[in-house]
Amino acid sequence: MDRILFGDNQFFAVNHISDEKSMAQSIRFKSDQAIIHTLDQAMEFGINTFMCTTHDRIANICEIIRENPSKYSDFKIYPCMPYAHKYANAVTDLGVAGALKQYVPGNFFGSLFKGGVAYLSKDYESIMELLIDAEMKMFKGLNTPVIFLQNVITDLLLGLGMKDIFVAFHQYVSKKYNAEAGFITMNMPALLDMLESAGIRNPIICASINKAGFRMSGGKELYEQTLNTRTFRAIAMQVLAGGAVSPKEAIQYVCSLPNIQSILFGASSRGNIKDTASFIRSYDEMYQKVDKI
Amino acid sequence: MIKVGLIGAGKMGISHLAILGAHPDVEISGVCDTSKMVLDVLEKYSSFKCYTDYRKMISERRPDAVVVAVPTKMHAAMVRELLEQGIHVFVEKPFCLHPSEAEPLITLAKQKNLVNQVGYHNKWVGTFAEVKRLLSRNAIGEIYHFHGQAYGPVVVKQKQDTWRSSPDEGGGCLMDYASHVIDLINYLISPVQSVPSSMLKSVFSRSVEDAVFAMLKLSNGVSGVLSVNWSDETYRKMTTSVQINGRKGKIVSDANELKVFFNDGECPQGYSKGWNVKYVTDLTPQVDFYLRGEEYTAQMDHFISAVKGDAGTGINTFESASHTDRAIDLIRKAQFS
Repeated sequence: MDRILFGDNQFFAVNHISDEKSMAQSIRFKSDQAIIHTLDQAMEFGINTFMCTTHDRIANICEIIRENPSKYSDFKIYPCMPYAHKYANAVTDLGVAGALKQYVPGNFFGSLFKGGVAYLSKDYESIMELLIDAEMKMFKGLNTPVIFLQNVITDLLLGLGMKDIFVAFHQYVSKKYNAEAGFITMNMPALLDMLESAGIRNPIICASINKAGFRMSGGKELYEQTLNTRTFRAIAMQVLAGGAVSPKEAIQYVCSLPNIQSILFGASSRGNIKDTASFIRSYDEMYQKVDKI
Repeated sequence: MIKVGLIGAGKMGISHLAILGAHPDVEISGVCDTSKMVLDVLEKYSSFKCYTDYRKMISERRPDAVVVAVPTKMHAAMVRELLEQGIHVFVEKPFCLHPSEAEPLITLAKQKNLVNQVGYHNKWVGTFAEVKRLLSRNAIGEIYHFHGQAYGPVVVKQKQDTWRSSPDEGGGCLMDYASHVIDLINYLISPVQSVPSSMLKSVFSRSVEDAVFAMLKLSNGVSGVLSVNWSDETYRKMTTSVQINGRKGKIVSDANELKVFFNDGECPQGYSKGWNVKYVTDLTPQVDFYLRGEEYTAQMDHFISAVKGDAGTGINTFESASHTDRAIDLIRKAQFS
């Protein structure tokens, strides 16, 4: 994995601190061209991995990337699925079965019967596989070396203790997409325990890791201890803690931690992308020097 | 360990189940639902004991507490049965379909000294909790107006019918969406006493309203406006906000950001004259398990602490939720034609 991953929250009006900013972002990134322009700016600063939700609009972005193979030859996408609000709103409106009926590709029952009578044989993994395939359709032909489960689903399964589904996801993305599974969570230490108990070794876990301790369930100390003592590949997200910590201080903190393979951040302006990337590179250099001493 | 059962494993039920499943002091004694598919998945992948008959679950598992997350029209009868058997109850919002159903349940819970809580989670959102703190100190002076709003993209085109599209079962934007804002106003300022006028509009739904606009008069004499629409696609998810005007200042808050304006320098510690902005990140206490928002875990933690006898005064009691039921009824009756 690259050291710096570029996120997509800013493109889809996800703002953890302000609904007003969220609407402003929605207006700013109305056109796909505005998104591509920002991705190109990130590439300018050596950021070649885009970690994104399987939002409908990402399909258009993928199309543009496919149309320009030489420009994006080194470009990687880490899909994060599912785009939860789409399903959550559908469940509120249609119920669990109704929502599945709407989103499982083709005719729900038709697909199941064709796919080996999943409902009758209780083979729910085949429903999951159909849903993964539906979400992955838009990335066809693109380089997607890591495929993530979104935190709403990861943490729901964690709370329900459904570790076999983590294993099934892990195996399927590897078998079908030759990709590694990644897990986004707001409960990193507890998730690592469960993944290890399910036999998933050295997992990729993307979690909120920041100086403010924001959304670090179980506490900042436990997170630091987990990073210090356990074997897994961590990606730090929400490093700015929704704005609670200054960018410089925020980046210094995550760069000082052990075992963080990648740092995920999103930004709308060229200036912010440039500053964040250069903070990461200069603190990395500083801490590598300290390590050598 | 507190033994907790769940009745209704839909969207909210499953979410509560995951939070309870991760709670160190809780043992899930059983899950009950009518969907074969949901139970099938739970039986295959979780260790929870599953039932299709809640009475059987209660008699076999004898839970200390039960979380009820079934369609609203079933709340009253089910909650009564649970209370009669001495079981503590957490029930999803809104509390009762008909306001008259609430009183006997409030009395019964009091008589039996049972914990009773309704799922209005906004009270555990850091920004709204701070609004409550400011208002209880009279920080913006005498309140003369409020504007409570919620918008979101639940019904954005015509679709098939479910219980949520049936007014007799507790469906519609008023009960499902607007109830959150009404409850928040009841809590922050004062319970709704009368509704001079209201408009319930259908945008895409055939049999229920998708938007609610109403004038509200509260029991402390303050009046204001309610504006709720669940067919607004310009919002990514449900967005709830309140604006409260006082003679010494103004509060504007949603679940992420709190903005307070003070007319002069006479204001609480940490605030100053003019605009003050605070974020939920600074106002929200950490939880041990996070799913969809700290507030969902915090409300369940409160319920479990209360069952254990550790929590203080009840928040979101049947009694407070019954004020919201009453306001819903008043809004329906005050329709402007």
